[in-house]
Amino acid sequence: MLYREAGDFKTSYNTDNQTFPIKFDRYAYWLLLAVAFLVVPFFVNDYWAKSILVPFLIYVIAALGLNILIGYCGQLSLGTGAFMAVGAYATFKLTMAFPGLNVFVVFLMAGFITAAVGVLFGLPSLKIKGFYLAVATLAAQFFLIWLFTRQGWFFNYSPTGMITMPERQVLGITVTGPTTHAATIYLTCLIFVVGMAWLARNLTRGSVGRKWMAIRDMDIAAEIIGVNPLIAKLTAFAVSSFFVGVAGALLFGVQLGAAEAGEAFGINKSFLVLFMVIIGGLGSILGSFLGAAFLVVLPVFLKVLLVDSLGWSSDLARHLEIMIIGALIIIVLIAEPHGMAALWRSIKDKLRLWPFPH
Amino acid sequence: MPLEILQAIEAAINGLSTGIMYALVALGFVLIFKASGIFNFAQGVMALFAALTLVGLQSGQVPFAHIINAIFGTSVHHFGWNVPTILAIPLTILVMVAFAWAVERVVLKHLVNQEPIILFMATIGLAFFLEGLGDIMWGAEVKRLDVGIPQGGNLWFEENTAWLGGGNPDFFGFYIDTLSLVALLIASVLVTGLVIFSQYSKQGRALRAVADDHQAALSVGISLRFIWVLTWSIAGIVALVAGIIWGSKSGVQFSLSLIALKALPVLILGGFTSIPGAIVGGLIIGVGEKLFDFYMQPIIGGATENWFAYMLALVFLLFRPQGLFGEKIIERV
Repeated sequence: MLYREAGDFKTSYNTDNQTFPIKFDRYAYWLLLAVAFLVVPFFVNDYWAKSILVPFLIYVIAALGLNILIGYCGQLSLGTGAFMAVGAYATFKLTMAFPGLNVFVVFLMAGFITAAVGVLFGLPSLKIKGFYLAVATLAAQFFLIWLFTRQGWFFNYSPTGMITMPERQVLGITVTGPTTHAATIYLTCLIFVVGMAWLARNLTRGSVGRKWMAIRDMDIAAEIIGVNPLIAKLTAFAVSSFFVGVAGALLFGVQLGAAEAGEAFGINKSFLVLFMVIIGGLGSILGSFLGAAFLVVLPVFLKVLLVDSLGWSSDLARHLEIMIIGALIIIVLIAEPHGMAALWRSIKDKLRLWPFPH
Repeated sequence: MPLEILQAIEAAINGLSTGIMYALVALGFVLIFKASGIFNFAQGVMALFAALTLVGLQSGQVPFAHIINAIFGTSVHHFGWNVPTILAIPLTILVMVAFAWAVERVVLKHLVNQEPIILFMATIGLAFFLEGLGDIMWGAEVKRLDVGIPQGGNLWFEENTAWLGGGNPDFFGFYIDTLSLVALLIASVLVTGLVIFSQYSKQGRALRAVADDHQAALSVGISLRFIWVLTWSIAGIVALVAGIIWGSKSGVQFSLSLIALKALPVLILGGFTSIPGAIVGGLIIGVGEKLFDFYMQPIIGGATENWFAYMLALVFLLFRPQGLFGEKIIERV
């Protein structure tokens, strides 16, 4: 009876349709937000911010974006890394071209630019599907990365081929650049995560989201009942790329500070985000959070356990990590196709009835 | 002939030898796709794993040596013997068959009737698992693989093409690696063998029946599970061949599994269900990307090989989604 619902009555449609219909969940959510905004920033240090919290928050945004595309609209994409790169390079070009522009605006604009690129590469999805589409997105992955590493205009002809984020301030606080305080980095990402998660949640439960899901479940049938596949698929690509672009912008602008497309946004990044979505749960907002958390923490955990305390070589730990991730993907797909989010749901169902069996 | 055309032809010949590699990996894809409708992303990693196993067996490495050393503080590396190639290859085939059996047992059995996209993602997981396993089992350093295939520039070919230059002092005949010629030979033997096997043997007929219609095949008494193990084993052997050729050429290393990605556009070009399509598609992509790079390098810069194949596939998809040789895709609700 940890999870009490007794006396939790709904008197209007609005209260019935809210994101957290159970009072207990709602309190937990507000408490979590309060802790994240008011407590964590005072205790966070550089190590925690840079190796766990900030990557987690950034990958949440990317996973949300990919989840919209794969989990909600059923369009497989292997080009996430490249779309993150578009966000990063757009951020770089925009901050260089308009030094006075607020970086928050820059990050959002980078998202919109990525959305435009995403729509462009989403166009083939109107004709092809499944792994055919995966190949089309691979074209995006390799072509865009080639563009960003070979065409000097994108990295302002810098001799190293790297892009570097200059220092920028918002309201007198340094938000980007090497001297940024850990708490500022964390809060910047947190603000974006909260905003984007709210957006994702409300898009996916509205009419747009229902159209995506209709396309996912059976596109021909969806077309017959009046869903325009052109609009549904392209909006999914646009929204998804917007999220992924913002994640890329944050990864480059706030976390890394300097990046090179081939290294930071290669095909491995695409797979990483894909795995977050699969392990976390296809078609679930919570799943994106859980998946991102799991895959950000796993390497750190393995490193601490195997390398630091057992003294294994870091190579071995990395190979073991790849193996574990691969095995997990298979296990998740076989045992629980809806990922960790579904696990959480069944735990919740148990808790609601506890201590009674039925 | 003018020098530029000769150089272009040389680039094309060069591309032909890479194309054979793509074709071999794509061949493994087609086999599994035909028999089970599964798009096996792990094909490239299977080639890597097979090559790693072959090298490991040849040089008598202790499997899992690194992890054993890390856990028990020992320092075992080699058994101290060398297995001759002629014995190591059958042993590797045995390992690949065992792997095929394990895949059927552990993964495929549980995913029957799932959507293709789920199966595809499962094979991505399989690819990562196998990559990690290969590295942990045999170590991740680049290894030299030598099974006795002759290598190096082919002088005979060079001498006999020198006249094409028409007395041009800058042209000495086309350069081609003997290895590529051998690879071409092996690939054609492999394809012929596969075609004969699937046309004239009992198991081959069963294989085609399963590819045609799972349920009908089941109802006439063909064991689906056996056929799956069989196709994955054959794909494993094809992977071994690809692994040997690529490994002899540029060492056994991770880049081998990236070939798998290049095999995707090859398949789209050739069609997912056609064995000759895989070969022709591989050659077209191999030659196409080299020629494109040759002509476009001065204009848009080098390294276009990275994306040319995918872009070509993308354009192809828009006009002929079933590929050159594939069966027409018919959608029903």
